[in-house]
Amino acid sequence: MIGWKHGDLLDLNDLTREDIETVIETAKAFKEVSTRDIKKVPALRGKTVVMLFAEPSTRTRISFELAAKRLSADTLNVTVSTSSTQKGETLLDMAKNIEAMNVDMIIVRHKSAGVPQVLARALKPGVINAGDGCRAHPTQALLDMFTIQEKLGRIEGLKVAIIGDILHSRVARSDIDGLVKMGAHVTLCGPSTLMPPGIERQGVGVTYKLDDVLPESDVLMFLRLQKERQEEKYLPSIREYVQHFGLTTERLKRAKKDVLVMHPGPVNRGVELSAEVADGINSVILEQVTNGVAVRMAILYLLFGKKEKVS
Amino acid sequence: MQNSRIMDKETIRRSLMRLAHEILEKNKGVQDLCLVGIRTGGAILADRLQKCIKEIEGFDVPMGVLDITLYRDDLTIANTQPVLRETLISFDITDKKVILVDDVLFTGRTIRAALDALTDFGRPANIQLAVLIDRGHRELPIRADYVGKNIPTAIDEDVRVVLQETEKKEDEVVIKKRGDK
Repeated sequence: MIGWKHGDLLDLNDLTREDIETVIETAKAFKEVSTRDIKKVPALRGKTVVMLFAEPSTRTRISFELAAKRLSADTLNVTVSTSSTQKGETLLDMAKNIEAMNVDMIIVRHKSAGVPQVLARALKPGVINAGDGCRAHPTQALLDMFTIQEKLGRIEGLKVAIIGDILHSRVARSDIDGLVKMGAHVTLCGPSTLMPPGIERQGVGVTYKLDDVLPESDVLMFLRLQKERQEEKYLPSIREYVQHFGLTTERLKRAKKDVLVMHPGPVNRGVELSAEVADGINSVILEQVTNGVAVRMAILYLLFGKKEKVS
Repeated sequence: MQNSRIMDKETIRRSLMRLAHEILEKNKGVQDLCLVGIRTGGAILADRLQKCIKEIEGFDVPMGVLDITLYRDDLTIANTQPVLRETLISFDITDKKVILVDDVLFTGRTIRAALDALTDFGRPANIQLAVLIDRGHRELPIRADYVGKNIPTAIDEDVRVVLQETEKKEDEVVIKKRGDK
């Protein structure tokens, strides 16, 4: 038996290093299920999982839905913008109504930070945070760590650079939480306008030059650049961003030969990564997607094992 | 009550060798035969049976390992989840004669779960069950085709199969009263 105590997954801060190791270990077993002819196990038969997405998402939603379905749970999609919040109903009211129909787990994505916490406190079913504002995206960080562990055999002691718009990135925040906890050396790299002030206190290094971190990094994690950032005056131009922070084949030559190039997707080809790099031998972007299903299966499985909620 | 040792290293070895002979006799050789061990004890025994069969017939029958955790009927009753490990069956079991291997046959619920799991991997010609110990107290209509040793037990006793591969000590089978360390 394993000592998993969580009924919700809201933030990586809530997990211990042992918890993260448990997720990685469990995901390893679930990865095999997706390679079978019959990609389904009966573990969550009769459970209902509701996906409450108040922000557009294709990949994360599909990944969660596949994960739940491969565990035999029933899934239900609620796209908040097209439903009753337009009639003035609050999200909490809507969630309470869903709860009243006896569902077992709610997976939530919302543009405001803290919404998953509010739901978890108010509701009986377990809550999984599928991304809240600029705050956290725990399953993305877990699948990133699973991918690193799988590819490089360890996380502790590795040099990981996270490159791009750190300020607005929930992926970066969760990755920092997880990687630092697992003993990796994390360096953040991006334009100074997109670097949160005081972030060094989280135990990470900061640099404003990609070339500073290229030669020594074992892992290069690129973040998606939202093109609106230029209109919002964070960037002079996308072209200048690419010159400083975009990874091209030419630049990749200065990195370690077997460096992992990661990206949470979807990639702006020609911005964060050139097309050749995104499809090149160092890129593990599609494996991250494959691993996402296994990690989300592991999370669902572990959360359902713990019946009482802590929050 | 004292722990009583009912099998030692040598009796386990001889039992497994006899089981290998019985399996080969009943299946008339190694044609289409494969072994699938249930984690953890059954997987080790399947590995040993594979070696016994090799010794007798000079042929390596395919061997796989099954984790039945996801097919258990008490999954969300247990307070914490069991540790999940990989299932490793690298061959197609369709039309094969599958020898399912476990260490102790008790209620039969593990075997029920294993049968469900196996049918997700293909449609075997048949499935036969080999166990080292049959301790009785079945809760489902399941029986073993090959039994190392039948041991009548009380319901409140535990049968422990110690195998050196996992426990780092000599093989043995002991019965202890539940609650005793």
